[in-house]
Amino acid sequence: MDWRPRCAPDVMHKRAEMLMVIRQFFQQRAVLEVETPLLCHATGTDPQLDFFSTQFNYPPDNPRLFLQTSPEFAMKRLLAAGSGCIYQICKAFRNSESGRFHNPEFTILEWYRLGFTLQDLMQEVAELFEQLVLPQRPLQILPPISYQDIFQQATGLDPLNFDLPRWQAFARRENLHEAIEICEQDHALWLDFIFSHVVQPQMKAGCLYRVYHYPAIQSALARIHPENPQLAERFEVFIDGIELGNGFRELTNADEQEQRFEREVAWRRQHRLPEVEKDRRFLAALQTGLPECSGIAIGLDRLLMILLNKTSIDEVLIFPVARA
Amino acid sequence: MATYSTNEFKAGLKIMLDSDPYSIIENEFVKPGKGQAFNRVKVRNLKNGRVIERTFKSGETVEGADVVEIDMQYLYNDGEFWHFMVPDTFEQYQADASAVADAKQWLKEQDMCVVTLWNDAPLSVSPPNFVELAITETDPGLKGDTSGGGGKPATLETGAVVRVPLFVQIGEVIKVDTRSGEYVSRVKE
Repeated sequence: MDWRPRCAPDVMHKRAEMLMVIRQFFQQRAVLEVETPLLCHATGTDPQLDFFSTQFNYPPDNPRLFLQTSPEFAMKRLLAAGSGCIYQICKAFRNSESGRFHNPEFTILEWYRLGFTLQDLMQEVAELFEQLVLPQRPLQILPPISYQDIFQQATGLDPLNFDLPRWQAFARRENLHEAIEICEQDHALWLDFIFSHVVQPQMKAGCLYRVYHYPAIQSALARIHPENPQLAERFEVFIDGIELGNGFRELTNADEQEQRFEREVAWRRQHRLPEVEKDRRFLAALQTGLPECSGIAIGLDRLLMILLNKTSIDEVLIFPVARA
Repeated sequence: MATYSTNEFKAGLKIMLDSDPYSIIENEFVKPGKGQAFNRVKVRNLKNGRVIERTFKSGETVEGADVVEIDMQYLYNDGEFWHFMVPDTFEQYQADASAVADAKQWLKEQDMCVVTLWNDAPLSVSPPNFVELAITETDPGLKGDTSGGGGKPATLETGAVVRVPLFVQIGEVIKVDTRSGEYVSRVKE
């Protein structure tokens, strides 16, 4: 029986150390640690996130509850209620995600900073990573680079200008012709494909990348750039080409948020994905007013993998899903 | 034949791609936090051994390949086909030159091999890791040289040519590692 921990004892110590450094970092900056429910009445509508749901045996409604895919909505409700800057270290759950970099249950660090611009938050991320990574291994912190620049440097294609014949020719040249059938005419899908198959693998090892201004069609919950509607105020963090986190200048406009939800609900219906409802409490909080802020979530298991030069997430988990 | 969803992908699974049977060597789940999930696999073409990479959209299904590996005894070569038999059932199969490929230089009658069948026809043959074969031709060695330094080519009873130490003589039986094609030792009769 594989009842023993999967990770080595020193990994548990390193995890505890990592959590301590994070807590000290935020304590020094007067960011409040909070704890929000893992089991919620609503979940995100993002069609790319598959959730776990269960039934709460509590008559008369016996409501369906969801394990959170991220603490984002609950934390934003707290911000709207006047909490000030907050952070949380918690579990998040994503169904059908399992692999070298994925365990369906994983640990997230998420934090929100009032009044921070995207630039401010990218700066803070670099400061946190310096404290977390440098005692363990060398890390070169590269200046932030725009999505458009890094995409163009790696591929010669402009991510904002979806020129299908050129992109198809690129796929053939790179021996990725299956992209043509998989992505068809879906710009966002082409971006996901090329970014994960061509751009990320070209990132230099041992370097922290902060890639900002994602195309607006990949805005998720980020605000659209006020001067350039083609761009979203979103950034991602990578080390060794591995995606570690995703940050936004948060969308505060309740109407726009509701429209995005509705588009995603419709997309889900059209593609016969499990139906979900818009999170009404979250929308009510936005209507009351989410303060101007930026926030980010970091996957801590992957970060630990990188700190310890492990090649699979299982090596840093005590009981990965197969033996959980 | 069964179909497999990408979430059933694992090393060793046999699937059909572009009308050829392939074996999955590696399966990597690739998913941006806010984006489409893919499965990037490394697969070996079971007909020609070539390894390629291919990406699937997660959730897609792929046709399975009816491929099995069976231990069989090599019987004989009739000039055109190599004949094998499953010892338990006495069922016989004939493999052509493209299926036997490089394995043919190591095949000695009655040796056990692994024969890969695709739709019940031999697709490839793997010889045993070690074979014992007699030397049919080699230059006479220098008397008294037992160092093995340098070496010389020797032709074996199956036609294979391997480098052997200078002291090894015609008629002797040697053990060869078929994976590297290298001499291992002499075999005492």
